[in-house]
Amino acid sequence: MVNPQLHEVTKMKQVTAIIRPEKLEEVKTALEDRGYFPMTISEVKGRGAQKGICIQYRGSQIKVDTIPKVEIYMVVNDEDVRPITDTIRKSARTGKFGDGKIFVSPIEEVIGIRTDE
Amino acid sequence: MPISAGDTAFIIICTALVMLMTPGVGLFYGGMVRRKNLISMIAMSFVSFAIVSIQWVTVGYTLSFGSDIAGFIGGLDHLFLNGVGMDGDGIPDMLFMVFQLAFAGVTLAILTSGVAGRIKLSSFMVLGVLWTTLVYDPLAHWAWGGGWAHSLGALDFAGGTVVHISSGFGALALALVIGNRVGFGKYSMEAENVPITLLGGAMLWFGWFAFNAGSALAADGLAVNALVVTNISAASGAITWMLASWIKGKPSSLGLISGAVAGLVAITPGSGFVGPMAAIFIGGSAGLLCYSALLFRVRKGLDESLDAWAVHGVGGFWGAIATGIFATAAIGGVNGLLYGNPGQFVIQLVDASVAAIYAFGMTYILAKLVDKIMGLRVTEEEEYVGLDISQHGESTIA
Repeated sequence: MVNPQLHEVTKMKQVTAIIRPEKLEEVKTALEDRGYFPMTISEVKGRGAQKGICIQYRGSQIKVDTIPKVEIYMVVNDEDVRPITDTIRKSARTGKFGDGKIFVSPIEEVIGIRTDE
Repeated sequence: MPISAGDTAFIIICTALVMLMTPGVGLFYGGMVRRKNLISMIAMSFVSFAIVSIQWVTVGYTLSFGSDIAGFIGGLDHLFLNGVGMDGDGIPDMLFMVFQLAFAGVTLAILTSGVAGRIKLSSFMVLGVLWTTLVYDPLAHWAWGGGWAHSLGALDFAGGTVVHISSGFGALALALVIGNRVGFGKYSMEAENVPITLLGGAMLWFGWFAFNAGSALAADGLAVNALVVTNISAASGAITWMLASWIKGKPSSLGLISGAVAGLVAITPGSGFVGPMAAIFIGGSAGLLCYSALLFRVRKGLDESLDAWAVHGVGGFWGAIATGIFATAAIGGVNGLLYGNPGQFVIQLVDASVAAIYAFGMTYILAKLVDKIMGLRVTEEEEYVGLDISQHGESTIA
């Protein structure tokens, strides 16, 4: 059962950003420069509203409907959400389709494995 | 001279081993690109071997080894392998032809370095036929087919100018015409599959024994000398490049194998002319020279993506000169600078310079021509999704 009081206790958010793989280094450096180190990164594939990329090859259309992306997963304090999403937006942006999305959602509980907190 | 069974058996085996170097180049390069272009790099090597195989038996062999025209190119007397039969001098003519075919094939594969991840396959095929016909074949004729370099007395035992200077300086010209990869210098384009590169490097080191020893065209002591100095030079280059990269950071395995290839390239022209102790020096200095050339290329912001110029171009150039320094009559019948024959050094320098300038200039013209007619480069979107999908409809990314 979810403890309803925890919502008030944690005051933390989950930030999930789906970005271009080639922008990962830039985003990581930009976040580091502002002191945000902890993150989990996965290589993912997906598609957005443009349904992937269509390329013309010898007159026929080839559809590449899922494109490799990188997912950055961070759990951060409420007040850090805005600076972090702004940093990611600035550093991951090219202005073209496929720059990605950022999702923010609440965290119920955080349990450290090494520590007892 | 009658056909020798021993020599014939040896060169047949060498031909097969040299053939394996072409996919070796593909794997060597494939591991250095991003995963979306892995299949493309390996496939282009196979494509190189396939198209050169047909080019060689129709026109390539005769342009290289036909009767000399003005010191520049071979005549058409062996067109479609006319007169190339099962008889010959020590080994059948047909065996010599196919042994040389394997060299021409691997040379075109090296050229793919300059266009990694951005060339249209169709344009590469057209360019490949033109390049082999107008760059490789004349150079092979100059050095081995009775052309001007041959008459001048230039030494190129196994292809320092023909194979390495041609492909290295060709790749540089090609990279200049096609332009940098999108995002070059901005995004990480580090090697994404080092073990594949190491496997390709292993195939090259292994095949190179046949490449150089087989160039003796006989199973004799000279072939053994070539094999021994080849291994020494590779080892020496591997060690110096690794040590040099160690000073700047970690001793990367990519540096180690690149150094080995640099050593292999540098010993190629001299492998039938220099001794084992000279090979330690030739390979070791090749490791350092080629590594510096690579750093210079990176500083210039030039995307000659997989360093055919730094390793094959610069390494081949150094090898040609080194042959003029360290050659000793005790091995190949000709002395170099160190043994009191400075003239040989000058000849080597002239030969290497002319080969480099010709390869660069001619490749530049051919690349511009193909670019104008059919476009060398894929669209930006095709480049973004990678050549595996856009050119081959295949992918290694699940």
